[in-house]
Amino acid sequence: MMIDIQNLRVRFGQGADAVTAVDGVTLSVREGESFGLVGESGSGKSTVLRAVSGLNDDWTGRIAVAGTEQGPKRQKGFYKLCQMVFQDPYGSLHPRHTVDRILAEPIAIHGLGDADARIDRVLRDVGLGPAFRFRYPHQLSGGQRQRVAIARALVLEPRVLLLDEPTSALDVSVQAEILNLLRRLRAEHGLTLVLVTHNLAVVANLCDRLAVMNRGRLVEEMSVDELRRGAAREPYTLQLLRASQGYDRATAESFRDYA
Amino acid sequence: MTDRKMADNAPLLEVSNLRVAFPTRTGMAEAVRGVSFTLGREKLGIVGESGSGKSMTGRSILRLVPQPGRVTADRLAFNGEDLLAASPRRMRDIRGRRIAMVMQDPKYSLNPVMTVGRQIAEAYRVHSKAGAAEAKRRALEMLAAVRIRDPERVYDRYPHEVSGGMGQRIMIAMMLIPDPDLLIADEPTSALDVTVQMQVLAILDDLCSQRGMGMIFVSHDLNLVASFCDRILIMYAGRVVESCRASELHAAQHPYTRGLLASLPRIDEPPGDLPVLSRDPMWLEA
Amino acid sequence: MTARTDTPSAGWRDWLTTDTPQSRAQARLGRAWAGWTAFRRNRLAVAGLLIVLALVVVAALAPVLAPYHPYAQDLNGRLLPPSAAHWLGTDAFGRDILSRLIHGARLTLMIVALVAATAPLAGLVIGTAAGYFGGWVDTVLMRITDIALAFPKLILALAFVAALGPGIENAVIAIAITSWPPYARIARAETLTVRRSDFISAARLQGASSLRIILGHIMPLCIASLIVRTTLDMAGVILTAAGLGFLGLGAQPPLPEWGAMIASGRQYVLEQWWVAAMPGLAIFIVSLGFNLLGDGLRDVLDPKGD
Repeated sequence: MMIDIQNLRVRFGQGADAVTAVDGVTLSVREGESFGLVGESGSGKSTVLRAVSGLNDDWTGRIAVAGTEQGPKRQKGFYKLCQMVFQDPYGSLHPRHTVDRILAEPIAIHGLGDADARIDRVLRDVGLGPAFRFRYPHQLSGGQRQRVAIARALVLEPRVLLLDEPTSALDVSVQAEILNLLRRLRAEHGLTLVLVTHNLAVVANLCDRLAVMNRGRLVEEMSVDELRRGAAREPYTLQLLRASQGYDRATAESFRDYA
Repeated sequence: MTDRKMADNAPLLEVSNLRVAFPTRTGMAEAVRGVSFTLGREKLGIVGESGSGKSMTGRSILRLVPQPGRVTADRLAFNGEDLLAASPRRMRDIRGRRIAMVMQDPKYSLNPVMTVGRQIAEAYRVHSKAGAAEAKRRALEMLAAVRIRDPERVYDRYPHEVSGGMGQRIMIAMMLIPDPDLLIADEPTSALDVTVQMQVLAILDDLCSQRGMGMIFVSHDLNLVASFCDRILIMYAGRVVESCRASELHAAQHPYTRGLLASLPRIDEPPGDLPVLSRDPMWLEA
Repeated sequence: MTARTDTPSAGWRDWLTTDTPQSRAQARLGRAWAGWTAFRRNRLAVAGLLIVLALVVVAALAPVLAPYHPYAQDLNGRLLPPSAAHWLGTDAFGRDILSRLIHGARLTLMIVALVAATAPLAGLVIGTAAGYFGGWVDTVLMRITDIALAFPKLILALAFVAALGPGIENAVIAIAITSWPPYARIARAETLTVRRSDFISAARLQGASSLRIILGHIMPLCIASLIVRTTLDMAGVILTAAGLGFLGLGAQPPLPEWGAMIASGRQYVLEQWWVAAMPGLAIFIVSLGFNLLGDGLRDVLDPKGD
């Protein structure tokens, strides 16, 4: 198992205002697998990802990555194993750093040598090429920025890539390019992907297996083949499936809240 | 209601050669380059990617293009009235009462220090000169019409106390209470969860069919527009490259439209590389 | 980099404005060039820059530019009005006022440079640390800042000078100690707006230490507004230094400090107005220069403009 999560709980706030964002989630992702975590806003899907990544250190339960149990605070070596790509490419790149500086930083932090060659290689890997190396983010389009963000995640040569809605801020034609890129990188580098999204079609395109979350709980796990056949067991998943098939007056009437 | 009946035969909105331009250091940059269409009592979708000019097209109808943008058109007429020649005062009257607009994020459109109920009632009183009690009654009716389960309670809430989906319904209630003839909705559901999105669309759909209202629905989501609207304009780089009936979108002719459709991932297709859109410079002129 | 056939002048302009810089230096210079292009459009800001540059040149070349020695007394030529020999007249000891102003520019520049190098830096460190770490670090640092802010600036400076003894170094220390809290507040506010952003999260996920994040990611975003604020504050610093000098708590005679010069001209202000008015004019022009420059820098550096 590449990622093994047992009974993960995350609470925000204290006392009477406390909200349980993730309520006892157990799931595991095999090495080399592409796993989708699907849900609507407030389902806790991003919170799970942030707990795995080490961004959120206030959780209980058990998280193991590559067989090593992880505490709330991560060792430096963890970040070479597991990297993350964020949703908004406009917010995830430092506005005053060039692409070069952005990519050189992780190399410097981990004391890896050969920065020039690494940066060149990773820029080619994400399809940008050396011409982009000394540009500032404001000189790049949204899709190019997301490629830089992916390059930054790859420069440490991690085995796990956590993706938080990596295409939902992009136009559909750019989304297609990024999805193709992620598929190619996964094959070339043998990456394990965890993709958090609200878009079932994106999961169907990129993932092997998925879990559906609602209000902090895991509703159901299924393979993408089952998703494609519409073979969901839980009514909440079926409702999500119907809603993602476009607008239909009668279907909209049938929606209800699932607690 | 008489003018509404009269207008049933004539188009609600006529747009011919609409252009929106912004001055830049190197000259004028055109965000909309000669858009023409007419709108009846129907749901017209305007689809395109970011920068295609779809939002500017919607805004320019209400003359809400930010400074220093300039709007020109051979004809921009609402119910036969020239909107470009209308006085600012006349425009204020048209905005809200005759043409309403719903934007993507309700948080920026609602006054944070006024209860939502009062805002809706105010919106009604501004245009109808009704009394306070009458306005409140109408506001509650309107909240019920956008399917808010407990209108009395929501009436006294402040905008920060309601969820995104609820906020967007409140926005719609506020915009529709003066009973406008035309609604311009700019990505009204893009910030919402997919199930809530469908519910809000159902409300808009019902209001259109019950009140005979025309609607311009601006969106980046091809599938959504195809399933929701009657007719679609596809915009690219400030121009309409194709227009078709929504039900016939899958048979679209223009390579840009076809490329966009092909680049969408689908649940029922096996995983694999998606066709990537290669942009033809010819499309800029087509 | 490649074979270019353009004329040399168009060549370097293209080189600076290209979208595809070939090196770190080119990217940085290109950014500076874009800033300069924006700055140049503001005429008043350019005027401010010229005034500040003039101050620097005058201070650097003071011995060459000054027609007389600043301490050279001529008791027969006391309180002479402006003339061809003494362009700005002479003071109570017959010293040439122009020469004293020119040498005084060194003192003014020194005060400005020392305060600008210390107070904003202290504020930046305290503010970014408070904003980034939050919690008790924030509480402690910000309460200290609040306390420092609660004292009237000039009174606190007076107290420091009274304790440390009069003199220009102590005046600088007093001004620096009393002027850091606003910088800390600005730096903290800027830090709070960026510390939850994704690019900071991304840096943490690369294993960056807090020190690296504060130094490399947060400070560069705070510096722009601090530079603007510092430039605008320099006028106030010059006035405070002059005020201390005027009260006899700053520069001591015979140093040609502008505030002290005004103080010594005070008793002749009605009959021999130039003795007090000339240093006053110098203070006015330099303060104005810093203010204009600061306004121009705000337009260029304000990160919200990106």
